[in-house]
Amino acid sequence: MSLTQSPLDSWLPRVPLGTWTESAVDWATGALGPFFDGVATVVEALVRPLNDLLTGVPAVVVVLVLAGLGWWLRGWKFALGTAIGLGLVAGMPYWEETMSTLAQVLVASTLALLMAIPLGVLVAENKRASAVARPVLDLMQTMPAFVYLIPAIFFFGIGTVPGVLATLVFSMPPGVRLTELGLRQVDKEIVQAAESFGAPPWMVLLRTKLPLALPTIMTGVNQVIMLALSMVVIAGMVGAGGLGDVIMFALSQVEVGSGFEGGIAVVILAVVLDRLTDSAGDRLPSARAQRLARQAA
Amino acid sequence: MSALTVQSLYKIFGSRADEAVRRLGDGRPRGEALAGLSATAAVIDANFEVRPGEIFVVMGLSGSGKSTLIRMLNGLLQPTRGSVRVDGVELTTLKPAALRKLRREKISMVFQHFALMPHRTVVENAGYALEVAGLPKAERRERAMDALRMVGLTEWADNLPHDLSGGMRQRVGLARALAAGTEILLMDEAFSALDPLIRREIQDQLLDLQAELGKTIIFITHDLNEAMRLGDRIAVMRDGRIVQIGTAEEILTDPANDYVAQFVADVDRTRILTAASVMEKPQQVLDVNAGPRVAAKALRESQTSVVYVTGPMKRFLGTVTEDEVLRALREGRPHLDGYVSTQRVRTVTADTSVADLFGDCAESQHPVAVLDERDRLIGVIPRITLLSALAAATSSEPTQDQGQAELVATEGEST
Repeated sequence: MSLTQSPLDSWLPRVPLGTWTESAVDWATGALGPFFDGVATVVEALVRPLNDLLTGVPAVVVVLVLAGLGWWLRGWKFALGTAIGLGLVAGMPYWEETMSTLAQVLVASTLALLMAIPLGVLVAENKRASAVARPVLDLMQTMPAFVYLIPAIFFFGIGTVPGVLATLVFSMPPGVRLTELGLRQVDKEIVQAAESFGAPPWMVLLRTKLPLALPTIMTGVNQVIMLALSMVVIAGMVGAGGLGDVIMFALSQVEVGSGFEGGIAVVILAVVLDRLTDSAGDRLPSARAQRLARQAA
Repeated sequence: MSALTVQSLYKIFGSRADEAVRRLGDGRPRGEALAGLSATAAVIDANFEVRPGEIFVVMGLSGSGKSTLIRMLNGLLQPTRGSVRVDGVELTTLKPAALRKLRREKISMVFQHFALMPHRTVVENAGYALEVAGLPKAERRERAMDALRMVGLTEWADNLPHDLSGGMRQRVGLARALAAGTEILLMDEAFSALDPLIRREIQDQLLDLQAELGKTIIFITHDLNEAMRLGDRIAVMRDGRIVQIGTAEEILTDPANDYVAQFVADVDRTRILTAASVMEKPQQVLDVNAGPRVAAKALRESQTSVVYVTGPMKRFLGTVTEDEVLRALREGRPHLDGYVSTQRVRTVTADTSVADLFGDCAESQHPVAVLDERDRLIGVIPRITLLSALAAATSSEPTQDQGQAELVATEGEST
């Protein structure tokens, strides 16, 4: 706000975008109330049991299970690293918070992917859908993450549910984009070959395009999980619980020690989830075939 | 009935296709006709019929529209105008489901870069068409193995395509099309991505298979030698139009225009031209019942030293020379029977390629005798004739004009 506003600028119309948004949200809160309640119930029903499970079992069991998964997917070195990293987290006072963050990330990213992948398929197959989806995805990705929290509070109040849903919206775009990209990158000649033998569109999609796009889609899965993790921490602002709470509290009290502990727990969780999903993608047969093909070329 | 008929087929990319078709109708070059329109004409007024059991080659440089043309033959591309009939069925108006049925049952395709699915094994790739057709797994595998056997790849059945060399991968592509069991095979630059030696080998394999299976094959290539080797008939395309359709020999000996003439200038003629196209009329032919006096007169008149002798049904028996005629005269025999020699003349069939004639010509004391399928003498080839045919073939070295430069520039390029 500058006091010396140029007289020329007074010609520009005032656009009360904020007011409009407010009234839209107000209206939605009232009119769609039952719908939001339903959504809240579902999310709650997904997050709570998972949260209870992860916090309920001894930390050692969780560490061993994740290390075992790491062994199977990447080998013993990674398993050892996982065990040491998570052991460190378990040795700090925030194990329970870490587990509820993990539960929220898993639910939010699973829901995000359930929407993102079919949407990505639609967008890849349909030019018009792509033209509509692109600006919407741009908006979703570039909107500052905090802003999602405001309507989420309006619709769902304070707690885990608005946190998970804001996370879902924020983390979805790369899932859509990378599914679209993967499908578009499938060799045109191979798709034509499938069509030339009379395969119907669903068969071309399920047995040719999707398997060949899977490595790229798995990169999308990985990105979605990473974004969800970063957003879940921000969601601590709306009382979602987990590591976000720890970090927000440390910030407000200027407690370097607990802030660092919370931060390190996020980093370790991020590295473990990233490497696990990354290698899950690499183990797919189509990924193997393509890697071999690249080596040959 | 023809296996596949194409009539006034057009493919225009871009807007205002009707206007583009109208302007192209008078035969002007496409650049000139479409000036000012934001449309590209890939195929212009294509007309041809493919007969059952023949290899019909469409040859042209990149950008001549051949790949677009072949994709309209199975509906991968929708024509802008015109008609494609496969086995009597008009393809351009088929509903999607009917079109897929037609592709499953009538027409399959082999692709330039093989287009195998990298995540499926060789046998799964070969059986793809059968999978689409909904056959049970065991039968699918059995028939896919049969097809792999035809191309000699059974021991690779359970490997991934990546384990195979380029030539082997394309044999899988071929097996996949053969396993489909369709009458018509479309082959889009199928061998262009392969090394020359491998290409030659797989061409031979295709010809062997074709001799056995008698499929109707439409083969796209930019390689003239390949076209001449494989094609029963060849259509030459340029700038979207088919400029000539004919056998290899017709295109070589009677090119429709300068463009075709330039195109064929550097082809190895000795492999394409046959004995029939270089042979001359035999000077002296006598029936075996003719007397030695007649033979002596013939030798004297033609000032040659040899007479070609035919028997019943005009079958070629051999030759007589002055020596034998003199002997027959001295011994007072009434006809040439008993004096005819088969030692001094080699015989060849009419379709022997000129390249294969050299040995016979070198070893034959007299001009080589050319026989038809019933052993009747239809011509002779003196050495000098062969040499001049060869001279004509090699003297047409590439000239540095525009057409040749274009050819050189695109050599080995893939469309």
